[in-house]
Amino acid sequence: MDVGFKEDILAIITTNKELVSSGTTPIFYARDEDEKERVALLISKVTMGMVHDLENGSYVIVKH
Amino acid sequence: MFDYSYIIIPAIIVGIISRISMLKSDYRQYPSYPQGVFSHFTLGIVSASLGAVAIPALAEKEFSAVTFLALAAQQFRDVRSLERQSLDNIEPTELVSRGTAYIEDIAKAFEARNYMTMLTGLVVSAIIFFSEHFGVPTYYAIMSGVIGGVIAILFFNFAIKRDTVSKIAEVKPATITFEGPLLLINGIVIMNIGLKASRKIYLEKGIAVEINPYDANGVATLANMGQRQAIQHNAATLLGIRKDVDEPDFTPIARRDPHTGKVVMAIVTMEPDVNCLVEAVKSTIVLESAKRRPLDSKTGRKAAKE
Repeated sequence: MDVGFKEDILAIITTNKELVSSGTTPIFYARDEDEKERVALLISKVTMGMVHDLENGSYVIVKH
Repeated sequence: MFDYSYIIIPAIIVGIISRISMLKSDYRQYPSYPQGVFSHFTLGIVSASLGAVAIPALAEKEFSAVTFLALAAQQFRDVRSLERQSLDNIEPTELVSRGTAYIEDIAKAFEARNYMTMLTGLVVSAIIFFSEHFGVPTYYAIMSGVIGGVIAILFFNFAIKRDTVSKIAEVKPATITFEGPLLLINGIVIMNIGLKASRKIYLEKGIAVEINPYDANGVATLANMGQRQAIQHNAATLLGIRKDVDEPDFTPIARRDPHTGKVVMAIVTMEPDVNCLVEAVKSTIVLESAKRRPLDSKTGRKAAKE
């Protein structure tokens, strides 16, 4: 049987520490835009999730 | 039994021909060839025989033989659940899923086709039996039975023919743009694509269509998620989808404009030819389970006018 999260934020990648705080979802801080893009890609490949842009310097990865 | 062989044999043969005429393994490859086709062919022989023997059995006053028809109906219901189950099982292996509505439609079609084979057998045997009964020479009785059977085949094939999307809506190419991370097709928001690399691929290789329903019936039918899933699946099958399981960004999504009821869809294909995409969407069948006809009701017509 398949067990896993769906329609749920799996990870947050951000360059802006002040904007994000989370109790449960892992947050990854990136130094700049390029690193954010790269980290998001890597995590999305591992989780098979999709990267969404929140336009405030943060990406979220959601599994659909 | 051999007294009736002139009824039973032509009826079975025409019945089998009727099943074969409906057994097309085209680009969908469903029923899958060769094994799936073979098992359905065999079931076709069974159902043709059941239809063929019903009337001779009645003539022999073997009324219990008719209960076999009930047994047959039960059997063919099993065919439906079998097809549904097998398609459900392979659903996770599809890059672009068929969707439950499409699966249900396919399963239903298989059940109905077996009944049609049975009915064709029944029609042929009935014509032969009754023309013989009323004094027509056996040879002419068989001939008229076969002709009646062919007409039945043509009629049934026509009766179960399903509409395609081209009949309920106008399909035309659309343009893909981005507003920040939001993918837009002709101004309608589809989804949020975060990765810049994915956005670039969409802009370079993505193609999109706009599906404009002709009337309120089309609007209601295209609103069904199963119908949209079927369109996505068909487009991906015909044009080849350019994605793998770890790239959800490129899953085609058909979204609806809530204001007008039109549907837009973007897809990244192996062959980025937008005219082919239009053709693929047009040739998608309108699912029986998705079809709605609000204009057939007084309220629906009134609501559409306003």
